Amino acid sequence: MIQQPGISKKATAWFKSGTPWIWMNAGAIAIALVAVFGLLLLILFRGMSHFWPANVEAFYYENDSNSLTVIAEIVESEIVPAESLHGIANTGGDAEGNIERYLVKTGNRDILGSDFRWLYDIDLVKREQPEEIMVLERIEWGNFYGYLNSVYEGDTLVASGAEAWQEFSERLRRTIDIRERILHLEQVEIGAINYKLERLRLREKRLQLDDELSDEAAGELAEKREELKLEYDALLKETRVLYQDINRDSIRATVMDGSEVTVPLEKIVKAWQPNKMSIPNKLGFYAYTLWSFVSEDPREANTEGGIFPAIFGTVLMVILMAILVTPFGVIAAVYLREYARQGVLIRIIRIAVNNLAGVPSIVYGVFGLGFFVYFLGGNIDALFYPEAQPAPTFGTPGLMWSSLTLALLTLPVVIVATEEGLSRIPRSLREGSLGLGATKVETLWRVVLPMASPAIMTGLILAVARAAGEVAPLMLVGVVKLAPSLPLDGNFPFLHLDRKFMHLGFHIYDVGFQSPNVEAARPLVYATSFLLVVVIVTLNLTAINLRNRLREKYRALDN
Amino acid sequence: MKDQSLQKRYNQRALKDRLARYFVASGGISVIVAILLIFFYLLYVVVPMFGSAEIHESTTYSAPAEGKTLHLGLEEQGTIGVRFTDKGHAIFFDTATASIILDEDFDLPAPISSVAANLDLVVLGLTDGSVMAIRYKFDLSYPDDIRTLTPRLEYPLGKDLLTLDESGEALTNIAIQLSDDIVGIAATTSDNRLVFTRYLREQSFISEDITIELESRSEQAFEHEISSIVLTPGLDHLYAAIAGGKLEDFSLDDEGFENNRTEYHFEHEITRLKLLLGGSSLMVGMANGEVQQWMSVRKDGGRELTYIRNFHKNSEAVTSIATEQQRKGFAVADTQGDITIYYSTSQRTLASINTADTLVDQMAWSARAQNLIVSDSNNQIRLYEVHNEYPEVSWDVLWGKIWYEGYDEPDYIWQSSASTNEFEPKYSLMPLSFGTIKAAFYAMLFAVPIAILGAMFTAQFMAPRMRQTVKPSIEIMEALPTVILGFLAGLWLAPYVETHLAGIFTLLLVLPVGFILCAWLWGFMPNKSIFEGWEAALLIPVVMLLIWISMSLSAPIESIFFEGDLRTYMSNEWGLNYDQRNALVVGLIMGFAVIPTIFSIAEDALFSVPQHLVRGSLALGATRWQTMTSVVLPAASPGIFSAVMMGFGRAVGETMIVLMATGNTPLMDMSIFQGMRTLAANLAVEVPEAEVFSTHYRVLFLAALILFLFTFVFNTLAEIIRQRLRQRYSGL
Repeated sequence: MIQQPGISKKATAWFKSGTPWIWMNAGAIAIALVAVFGLLLLILFRGMSHFWPANVEAFYYENDSNSLTVIAEIVESEIVPAESLHGIANTGGDAEGNIERYLVKTGNRDILGSDFRWLYDIDLVKREQPEEIMVLERIEWGNFYGYLNSVYEGDTLVASGAEAWQEFSERLRRTIDIRERILHLEQVEIGAINYKLERLRLREKRLQLDDELSDEAAGELAEKREELKLEYDALLKETRVLYQDINRDSIRATVMDGSEVTVPLEKIVKAWQPNKMSIPNKLGFYAYTLWSFVSEDPREANTEGGIFPAIFGTVLMVILMAILVTPFGVIAAVYLREYARQGVLIRIIRIAVNNLAGVPSIVYGVFGLGFFVYFLGGNIDALFYPEAQPAPTFGTPGLMWSSLTLALLTLPVVIVATEEGLSRIPRSLREGSLGLGATKVETLWRVVLPMASPAIMTGLILAVARAAGEVAPLMLVGVVKLAPSLPLDGNFPFLHLDRKFMHLGFHIYDVGFQSPNVEAARPLVYATSFLLVVVIVTLNLTAINLRNRLREKYRALDN
Repeated sequence: MKDQSLQKRYNQRALKDRLARYFVASGGISVIVAILLIFFYLLYVVVPMFGSAEIHESTTYSAPAEGKTLHLGLEEQGTIGVRFTDKGHAIFFDTATASIILDEDFDLPAPISSVAANLDLVVLGLTDGSVMAIRYKFDLSYPDDIRTLTPRLEYPLGKDLLTLDESGEALTNIAIQLSDDIVGIAATTSDNRLVFTRYLREQSFISEDITIELESRSEQAFEHEISSIVLTPGLDHLYAAIAGGKLEDFSLDDEGFENNRTEYHFEHEITRLKLLLGGSSLMVGMANGEVQQWMSVRKDGGRELTYIRNFHKNSEAVTSIATEQQRKGFAVADTQGDITIYYSTSQRTLASINTADTLVDQMAWSARAQNLIVSDSNNQIRLYEVHNEYPEVSWDVLWGKIWYEGYDEPDYIWQSSASTNEFEPKYSLMPLSFGTIKAAFYAMLFAVPIAILGAMFTAQFMAPRMRQTVKPSIEIMEALPTVILGFLAGLWLAPYVETHLAGIFTLLLVLPVGFILCAWLWGFMPNKSIFEGWEAALLIPVVMLLIWISMSLSAPIESIFFEGDLRTYMSNEWGLNYDQRNALVVGLIMGFAVIPTIFSIAEDALFSVPQHLVRGSLALGATRWQTMTSVVLPAASPGIFSAVMMGFGRAVGETMIVLMATGNTPLMDMSIFQGMRTLAANLAVEVPEAEVFSTHYRVLFLAALILFLFTFVFNTLAEIIRQRLRQRYSGL
């Protein structure tokens, strides 16, 4: 092809002018923006769609030899070339062109073996959404899909047909109440007694170690133990009665292959009939499931249920960290900016502090494990908790060491932000205060620090945002996949700094990568991620806003 | 009066001021010290690893009970020793006081002519060609809460003697290997024959009687004297040192050796042979004081004994080699009484001592290698205390290629733990450092162009109103928890990339071409000046469209050009193996994670280039792009450089993304389709399970220290460059 010289020259000139390169730059920032918002939307969409009570469909398949009914929720659908499907059962094998296939959630893991399966658009006779389909969220084995037939109390039929759903809903409410009562008894009341017994054991051992275990003291301890034992027995009796109660009712339901199964109400968490629900109903249900997600304990190796302990652990750890980091960070910043003689040394220290923010967080974790847990914790145990030996109290990863490690990790953030705030306060204000006869500390306390408080807040918020998302160091110094009890409860001393705790970030890692049923747990991980993103983005936006307002304020003062 | 109270108040205020000053100063300084503590604590954990070992003589006495010492043994803690004498006794004694605890007579019919031991199993060869095997045990009990050890002897081949050489010649050397049902014994006779016998051993459950049945016997006569023999634990090799510096390697099977042998020649006489723990390494002690390590290595289809490394201290002949029971270390003694402790893998000479000043003939380690017991030619017994906790580590082990047992060549290997006791830990930091750099490199490959080109546009060309929203929204991504990015990388992006591989590479091509095409088309738009500075916003739908097109073209491209599947095509045609969690995925997601860091700093640098420079350039007739490349970029280049360094520092230390998005295999392979294991991810995986203050733990702390120093130095450099830049601008 012969090009006209004019065009070629024009093109060269055009390239020389740089316009295409400017567009290339614009493209780069467009890619970055698409990536950022795409990622956020992905998390938002995947995380939030999990709680929606999607309609359940019945698929009827039929060919010459056999027929099949599948009741399932559609998870995703795609068009695939038919040739890539040869040899897969239920595809017919002779399809041509492109066919649609669906990934569907059939639930009923106990009957079918898995939660998900692929369906193909071949030999499909009918697809419909029968109103009567019922979905059960169960304590074990994931969801259940089927048709409700009848409700039983023991072996006697209570309701069947049209009234069954009404009766079932009422009885389920009763069962849930009993379940909550049992949970309360077992976890809170019996837990408290066990805790007290353990403390008595430790006290006795301590007295033995100190050679102060007199007969009198021993008698007293035994008496207390006896008392607790009685309480324990009473509670145990109550739970036994409740367990009998909760086992009373059951339902019978038909599953997709036509067989009838019995489901005890005791195993059911929630029940709904999505195809019958109107949009407002669904919205209400959505809010309800979302609430139970954030307020309930996890089940089934964290792959189902809620994430309350993880939220609680994250928040508590971050609060403790904030309590630790704020005074130290502020004092260090005030020292660096207001008291220390500005020179080369302080400049080096300032750069060093600044750069510590760039040191990988895992390094802080390693330091925390070595210094805090093994060195400090080991010595604390040897000095104060000899009775618990060889079981470690503080000489093992726990809440306190996690907060301390993260406080160290975020210290540079607070120092840098506070210093920046201090440096922005106009000299004139300080000089005015000093000129009126105030001492340095009075100036600092009454004038400088109040004015720097938004900056300190900014630093603190950024520190909290960073701490809330940090996982790697926590894996070494205190996070566990499943904590038996919360670090804050009704047992003296209420706040248990030595306990291990659960954390949202680690929860994501653990459920996403260490759980046996990753596929089923994935929506939950997205939901958890979404929650974490919301918390962190909100915190950061607050910090940015605060910083901007602060800047405006001092700009006005400067003039 | 009033003055006085005012004065008092004034004094109080001054005092308060002073107190506050001390409080803040001490608080501030202690916070800074606490921060420095990180560095010093890491150093404090790491340093002991590089110290050498210590050895002291704790006691010496002449051998308890009479007779010459033929073999020495030590109990696990080193409190009780045992000596087997030429009078046919086993004498247990307290190693501290030399008092005799138990003296057992074997009532042997003939004098002992040779002894060998295999941990606590001792075999005696007699002058009449018969053999006895004895195992010494220590029973632990706590009478009156005091730890008490009671020695005891067992006879694993029965109490009767076993006739090894039927012609009744004296046995000059002997070696034994014993498993539950098979016994292998090799011996040399005074008429220079080498005999190997294999027995089947059966122990009755009820009576504990032992029956021994001969399975095979092989013999080989030599012209010269045989100075030392060893038998491997699997009964597959028999090594014999022959006078004249020859080493014979006999391959064994059920039938014996059947002349299946290889000969090796040495420059010097071989004085001692010994196997290291596990039996894979043969230590050859020589008359010139050298100890060589040889291993059986796969070569050209077969296996061949290969020289690995040597240890050498002086020119005195090696008289005894004692190997540690739980590690690959050993002690060497010579005719002058010099005792030196070595470690094989790290090739380190750890400690040396000489208190005997005469030929040392027997040595034994306690199980944890904390005590060494020695007897010399004057029949003196010496007990040494040894502190040798970290012999496995040396500079070469950490950073060099090491020839490990079971490998065909020296290599960089990280393998910190295994199930068996005989395993040698492999602590090369090279694969981890390599993985770290690799991950960071691919992340930068993706992040640097986007971040810097984006920063150029945002700082100089973007409409101010758009910049106000764009900058914070990119910066906020810096705070996005990396665990979420890692999760997306591992569970969403990795499978997606795997099925849309062709689409990903198409995208690389399509995006720039698309942008230029857009620029060209835009040239025909009327009224385009309204949109000046909003080009990026116009391109957002274009980017989305191009991504969608590339991804939907992925499957057709693969079926047209790559026979339907790019991954199999690559592996068949180009030999590239595809790992689902690979450097490409890590590069994309970690690149995404470092974009905000680079973008933010680079944008600051570009934006703060003084406006009068830009205006001047434009006024002189330069286009916007010319101004950018020849005025703004050079001025801001140090800032951009420091942005890249900061980004690199962050990529190096990133833990969760790599942990979740790669297979964490410590391989050294630069391929973009393979995974890696980084220093940081390795820490997250291994630190929780490392035994406190073990070598492994300290090596991991060293890895943390390296990460710390690396990022710290990198960031400091970047910070200094940035400050310089700031000063330069303030001058303009």
